[in-house]
Amino acid sequence: MTPILEVAGLKKHFSTTRGFPWPVKTVVRAVDGVDFRVHRGEAFGLVGESGCGKSTAARALLRLIEPDAGSIRFDGTDLRAASAGALRTLRQRMQIVFQDPYSALNPRRAIGRTLAEPLIVHGRARGAAAREAAAALLAEVGLPAAAMARFPHEFSGGQRQRIGIARALALRPDLIVADEPVSALDVSVQAQILLLLRQLQASRNLAFVLVSHDLGVVRWFCARVAVMYLGRIVEQGPAAQVFAAPRHPYTRMLRDASPVPDPACRAVLPRVVGEIPSAAAPPAGCHFHPRCPRATDICRATWPGWTEAAGHGCACHHPDGGGWGVAQ
Amino acid sequence: MRFIRAMLRNPTTSVGVVLCIVVVLGALLAPWLSPHDPAEQSILDRLQPPGGEFLLGTDTFGRDVLARILWGARISLVIAVTSISAAILIGGSIGMVSGYAGGRFDLLVMQVMDVMLSFPSLILGLIVVALLGPALLNLVIAIALTAIAPFARIARAPVLSLKQRAFVEAGRALGFSHARVLFVHILPNILSEVLVMGSLWMATAVRTEASLSFIGLGVKPPTPTWGGMMRDGFENILDAPWLSIWPGLAILVLVLGLNMVGDGLRDATDPKLAGT
Amino acid sequence: MIATVVRRLLAAIPTLLAVLTLVFVIVRIVPGDPAAAILGDRATPAAVAALQAKLGLDQPVWAQYVSFLRQYLSGDFGVSMVTNRPILADVAAVLPHTIDLTLAAMLIGTLIGIPAGVSAALHRNGVIDVAARLLSLIGLSFPVFVSGIFLLLAFALHWRIFPVIGNANLADPLDRLTKLVLPAATLGLVMAAYITRVTRSAMLQVLSEDYIRTARAKGVPWRGVVWRHGLRNAGLPVVTVVGLYVGILIGNSVLTEIVFNRPGLGRIIVGALNQRDYTTLQGLMVIYCFLIVVVNLLTDLAYGVIDPRVKQA
Repeated sequence: MTPILEVAGLKKHFSTTRGFPWPVKTVVRAVDGVDFRVHRGEAFGLVGESGCGKSTAARALLRLIEPDAGSIRFDGTDLRAASAGALRTLRQRMQIVFQDPYSALNPRRAIGRTLAEPLIVHGRARGAAAREAAAALLAEVGLPAAAMARFPHEFSGGQRQRIGIARALALRPDLIVADEPVSALDVSVQAQILLLLRQLQASRNLAFVLVSHDLGVVRWFCARVAVMYLGRIVEQGPAAQVFAAPRHPYTRMLRDASPVPDPACRAVLPRVVGEIPSAAAPPAGCHFHPRCPRATDICRATWPGWTEAAGHGCACHHPDGGGWGVAQ
Repeated sequence: MRFIRAMLRNPTTSVGVVLCIVVVLGALLAPWLSPHDPAEQSILDRLQPPGGEFLLGTDTFGRDVLARILWGARISLVIAVTSISAAILIGGSIGMVSGYAGGRFDLLVMQVMDVMLSFPSLILGLIVVALLGPALLNLVIAIALTAIAPFARIARAPVLSLKQRAFVEAGRALGFSHARVLFVHILPNILSEVLVMGSLWMATAVRTEASLSFIGLGVKPPTPTWGGMMRDGFENILDAPWLSIWPGLAILVLVLGLNMVGDGLRDATDPKLAGT
Repeated sequence: MIATVVRRLLAAIPTLLAVLTLVFVIVRIVPGDPAAAILGDRATPAAVAALQAKLGLDQPVWAQYVSFLRQYLSGDFGVSMVTNRPILADVAAVLPHTIDLTLAAMLIGTLIGIPAGVSAALHRNGVIDVAARLLSLIGLSFPVFVSGIFLLLAFALHWRIFPVIGNANLADPLDRLTKLVLPAATLGLVMAAYITRVTRSAMLQVLSEDYIRTARAKGVPWRGVVWRHGLRNAGLPVVTVVGLYVGILIGNSVLTEIVFNRPGLGRIIVGALNQRDYTTLQGLMVIYCFLIVVVNLLTDLAYGVIDPRVKQA
């Protein structure tokens, strides 16, 4: 079966020109060659620190930001080659849920209109049918139909996020890109929204690309996960494996920095500190080497290739379980 | 409704609204309120001081000043409303599209607007009317031209911040066209801001029209205009000061009213700016 | 600082070119033939053709544009086609009057506007504030020719305190001053109204900032807070807006000069309009443009003096 989403070599560079009288062009490689695939009904996680390019990748794969290179195949169709009309049709099947529920809804539109609008624009329903559909969407995310006549400012953050999710569901998509869907919410509300998303995943057989910096959220929600560092994926595999036995030292660092329920997994390595370097001037070789306790000369010289075994791969010269300890 | 109530709670706005209503009613009801025909000349009644049969006196042709002020309000209002509406429509669209499109296009458009903005507006109006000829439509064109660049700026600024909002991105993800996103989703969010500035700019338009008429570039006589009446009055300032005083006060009432309404509206739409 | 000056100067060049282009476009937008318009209805075709050749209107538009740019950028502002006098000479003759008026008006504007704006902000919603707001609103609502005529009626004709208008004798300081008072007041009061509003809102903005609270908490006396922290930081928006005001100031001074029958750029421009003196009109517009570009440049540089951050940028 073809995966619902197949991303290969996705790149997005931003360039800025500044300075006088000799302007200097700076290129920020926000997304620098990312490959992954998501299967129907699967929840795929994209984790990393802020600034690693995960949100840019999420937007680029919907072509909300135009990617510079790479291919995005949605259900077998190349999204980057699609015409404006074809893209319009394809986009109905892939939707996005945003981080900030406060800016995600148009403050001047009643909820009912916001939810019915996509249906009307795409000619799927109109009038009373569109209103009924909007009410059904609200019910599906756990809000009363009375919410239709109200405006965004009358709702709490969690309720707004539910409305944002309802809007994403309106066109019956196969895939939802959720960009930090709970990080702006109170912890108690986070759990409710995650449960709602999981329910929807099951009832609608939805595939998810969940972008988050919160390992706990990704570990709980996603079947498979990719870890991003400075625009590239450094480790990818089944979530349980990646977090239980990380192979890339960066993944290990992230895991050790977030609370883990299993004391047996406690770090054997010293905790890695340091700031994420600027994506405008990434370190040579393996981007992670300045923060890595295992860095050697080869790490400083060349980018490690991708090695994969049993669906769990990483890009590291000295991966855990890859014989690094033995070689010493 | 909430908006209107908030607006009227502000005493400045209430006074402004009253002043504007007085002028608008005067203009609308001019045919019934005027005791005399504004164009009716009478050699015998030349330069009558205020009081008596002619409440506000008469001018050098013996025409009733009160009638001319009432009819003159029509010219001021028509020119202000049409020129500023045109400027909002044209300038606002330019600013919205430019801000939404961004990039080099935006840079170029705003550069052009800055150049237009740096041009002294009265001089621009003066030249345009002088070149096109003093007629109502040409005055509207001239005044609209001076206000296009400001409205492009006024409309662009909020678009720049709104287009960063996720709901705009959501619209794109839902397959809405750029036109739909811009005019159905963004426009309602900037409308109040633009309309508030509209009332302040209408005040400026009234002033500019009066100034051009005073210089002699207004709607041609014998059509009564306030600026033109000031011009006539200025020529007879030694014998008949009332000829300058009444139209001057009329201009002041309308401009002040519009400014007060604009100030109050701004406070009502943006509580952060209240009282500034 | 020098790099900033150089950068601003370089940045002003495209603006200047663009403004010149705008002048060119506006003057050529005139429907019909300017030569025919200048000569009137009874002109012979031969006379029209001769004038066209004289004005260069028989050339293609781009050639006109190039010679237009070349002429003005080399500092040649042309000759009046009515009097045949160099436009720059006419302007130089009235310049002292214009400078007198502008400086006096700016003096009145800032001396009234800044203290009024500051005290209004300090007594927010108090009597002073309400009065300052109302008066400045009224001041802004007066077209200058109306306020000029009202001042004229009151002080020159009714009370006869300054019963003189018209050309001032530049050699006689007393005459120069007495003839300056009313026009300068006319122009200055509108400006004061404007500056009051801008200063007030800039001060209110600044006074609500955290560093003001910090300064007060540290025990800096209120007066020191207002002057050292408040006004200095409120200066930036005030300078910006005053820079933007130049366009309005130019229009207002034209009207003021007409009302008080003072020699000045305004009277030249109106004279040129009445006589359809096409070359003078164009030359004056270019002069105004240069003026505005220069003022904008000065505003930018004043930024650097007030705001240390700009120096590095």
